[in-house]
Amino acid sequence: MARYVLNRLAQAVMLLVIVSAIGFAILHLAPGGPLSQFAASAQMTQEDLDRVTKQLGLDRPLPIQYLDWFGRMLKGDWGRSYRDGEAVLSVISSHLGATLELMTTATIVAVLLGCWIGILGALRRYSLFDSLATVGAMIALSIPTFWFGLITIYVFSVTLGWLPAGNRETVGDGSFLDLLHHLIAPAMVLALVETAMWGRFMRSSMLEVINQDYIRTARAKGLPEWRILTVHALRNALLPMITVAGLQFPTLLGGALVAETVFTWPGMGRLFLDSIGYRDYPVVMGILMFSAIMVLIGSLIADILYAVVDPRIRVG
Amino acid sequence: MTDSTGKFGVGGLHHLGIPNRRQFFQLGAGAAAGWTLSGSALAQTERPSNPPNKPRGQVIAALSQEPTVFHPLMPGIEVDQGVWWQVFSPLWFIDPEGKFVPDLAREVPTIENGGLSADGLTWKIKLRSDVKWHDGTAFTAEDVKFSLDLINNPDFRVRSRVGHSLVKDITIVAPDEIHWRMEAPYSPYMSILSLTFIVPKHILEKVSDPNASPFHNAPVGTGPFRWGERVPGDHIQFNAYAGYHGKGPYLERLVFKYIPDLTVLYTQFRTGQVDYTGTQGILPNFVQEAKALKGRKIFVSSTSSVEHIAPNLEFGPFADRAVREALYLAINKQAIIDALNYGLPLQTESFVPQQAWSFQQGLPQHKYDPAKANALLDAAGWVRGSGGVREKGGVKLEFTNSTTSGNAVREQTQQLLIQDWRAIGAAMRVNNMPAAVIWGDYWQQSKFNSVIVGVNFMLGSDPDVTPRFGSGAIPAKGGRGYNTYQYQSAEADRLLAEGAKQFDLAQRRTTYGDLQKLIRNDLAILPLFQAFIAEGVKEGLQGFSPNINTSSNCWNVREWYWA
Repeated sequence: MARYVLNRLAQAVMLLVIVSAIGFAILHLAPGGPLSQFAASAQMTQEDLDRVTKQLGLDRPLPIQYLDWFGRMLKGDWGRSYRDGEAVLSVISSHLGATLELMTTATIVAVLLGCWIGILGALRRYSLFDSLATVGAMIALSIPTFWFGLITIYVFSVTLGWLPAGNRETVGDGSFLDLLHHLIAPAMVLALVETAMWGRFMRSSMLEVINQDYIRTARAKGLPEWRILTVHALRNALLPMITVAGLQFPTLLGGALVAETVFTWPGMGRLFLDSIGYRDYPVVMGILMFSAIMVLIGSLIADILYAVVDPRIRVG
Repeated sequence: MTDSTGKFGVGGLHHLGIPNRRQFFQLGAGAAAGWTLSGSALAQTERPSNPPNKPRGQVIAALSQEPTVFHPLMPGIEVDQGVWWQVFSPLWFIDPEGKFVPDLAREVPTIENGGLSADGLTWKIKLRSDVKWHDGTAFTAEDVKFSLDLINNPDFRVRSRVGHSLVKDITIVAPDEIHWRMEAPYSPYMSILSLTFIVPKHILEKVSDPNASPFHNAPVGTGPFRWGERVPGDHIQFNAYAGYHGKGPYLERLVFKYIPDLTVLYTQFRTGQVDYTGTQGILPNFVQEAKALKGRKIFVSSTSSVEHIAPNLEFGPFADRAVREALYLAINKQAIIDALNYGLPLQTESFVPQQAWSFQQGLPQHKYDPAKANALLDAAGWVRGSGGVREKGGVKLEFTNSTTSGNAVREQTQQLLIQDWRAIGAAMRVNNMPAAVIWGDYWQQSKFNSVIVGVNFMLGSDPDVTPRFGSGAIPAKGGRGYNTYQYQSAEADRLLAEGAKQFDLAQRRTTYGDLQKLIRNDLAILPLFQAFIAEGVKEGLQGFSPNINTSSNCWNVREWYWA
């Protein structure tokens, strides 16, 4: 197992280097730059722009800029934001909490609800419940998040006045109840789509398992249905879910671009959008590397868990 | 939550009688947790007719862009200026009427009061002696000298040195008096200084890197509000500075809340979560609805920005003045104003805002006249070729027009322009790009054919447009400005040089009036309208005063208060 993990880690490092080089090149070769925002204003002349470009080191050849960035990153210096001069890691960590709060809540709701719907749908295949769940999932997966978000705001904030129309907290409050009050709408919107996805995965996994020979054998042995379901069927049906969870892990930290914008949620998704818009290269690269690391960690954990949970799987 | 009259929620409930469902929900949940109820939890419950004796209440100002640059001398955008106005002070500022008002200075220097020498080369500034920085240190002439030196420090990433680079021989005569000499007379410097915020020497002289220090994210100034806290991507909070040297502040707290989506921003204004909608304000399509909202006041005011079609004058057909005039005559400007902008902007023919002292009345008025446009092109030798597109000497009258992708109103304007210009045999193609792309080299190095853009041509309130229309300010030709139109005129250069040396207002009015006539006649730009901003404030919030001479209408939050 240790050798397996070490191998995977070595692959991961190689992958990170490739991702960083490609990401850096694409980002810097895209037209425009961090100073474009000043060009249309009357405050800075071309001479001013040229001077600041030089001061930021953006006039150097791209490979030199990349090696400089990469070298500093190896030493733990991820650079500073062009926008507010904050250290990139500090910028990322300041947005991570909000994203974790939102995504974890939405995912917990979605996993619990989705698995329940999926299991019940599989056990009562083609029943009214299953049909409704299938149609519901299709609708949920088809609705664009921004539309559902805006409708949620219109109904629950503008019309009914039950929930705030966005924001993470009331400035100056920040109590648990206040946070919860603000969390309900965005978490509900995100959970809807995720529930549908988890429900579909769980249903098909469960369907595959309950038609296996060993389930039939268990029934023939006269085992009670609940025991067949929990010990034999569910345990095996949950295995593929580990892969799904592993792939979902980076999403937990990466944030939700659309929902965070619609609900004015100060998370990673909005940070990424803003940073792209302003061509804040250090922050965009920081988020890119952070996401890549999370993807690799997620899939590594999933693989290891797979090996631990399923004794049939051997790694070496 | 403040109710529609700007009152604190719970206090408001007592007056209003039966709570509505939302208030009931808030009341119940709040009672359960000792919940402070509001976005504007500190808003007042009574209605004084005058500002309060001491700061009270809070305002949440929603901004569609996030302020991120807090050092007021570094490169920042309009929304950052809103922060600088709260934390820092300039020597003087320009009020909505265009008058200079002393701030850190005791008086505004003029030739009459001896602050300026007759040749405009010697400046003598008398400073207030009762000003203290937020940390209690006394403000002195040393701070002014340090700020000007910092601006001219080659290692400092300053926003701009325009005007400042002329300052020489700075002498501190006394803690409250500073003199300097200008290398050349430059009257727009008065206006530049009105937007130059003074920074503290005692803090910044100790930092090793002038471009990065704790000050950059926790600034200390002499302004009406002290820096409170910043939650990146969400909000910035300011607290009243009791030792402020000017009027106010009357609010205990000010919060700049970042809401990137304008529809969501308006919705939060509608639901009462924010008290003021700033930066880009309320979208034009919501203005009528917003005006009908109970407990809200909507201010539609002009801005200094002039929305125009920027022709690249070095690009084939646009070099011909007849083409520019024909294109201008063929634009149905009123349709663009009425149909696409809900009739809110002002028609204009000048690059100077109509509220400015330097605005030239009586410029030739645009008239939508496709027949005359066609006749002009015929007379200039532009004949219709294949597909109805005109050409002359092998050059076709076809070009691209670009603007920021996603700007719906401008994209619709382009559709109208295509129709209008097709009717006179001009073919326009749309070539839009994201903001970071179009305003990069494409704009700066004049790589465009034509662009729809809104530009504030003024230097504060000063009409000196040397960087915009001066022959030496063309970046594509190595110039030091942003004359991306590539406009060149010996007469314009003469007027610009003359205006920059004049300190007499009447003389300057004449000079810049002549310049406006010239630019209008040459059609260096095709003006569409003077831009506007629709901003909403909650009823009961007093003191809001749009100021066309600043980039942020949060310039005087110090004088805002809840009635």
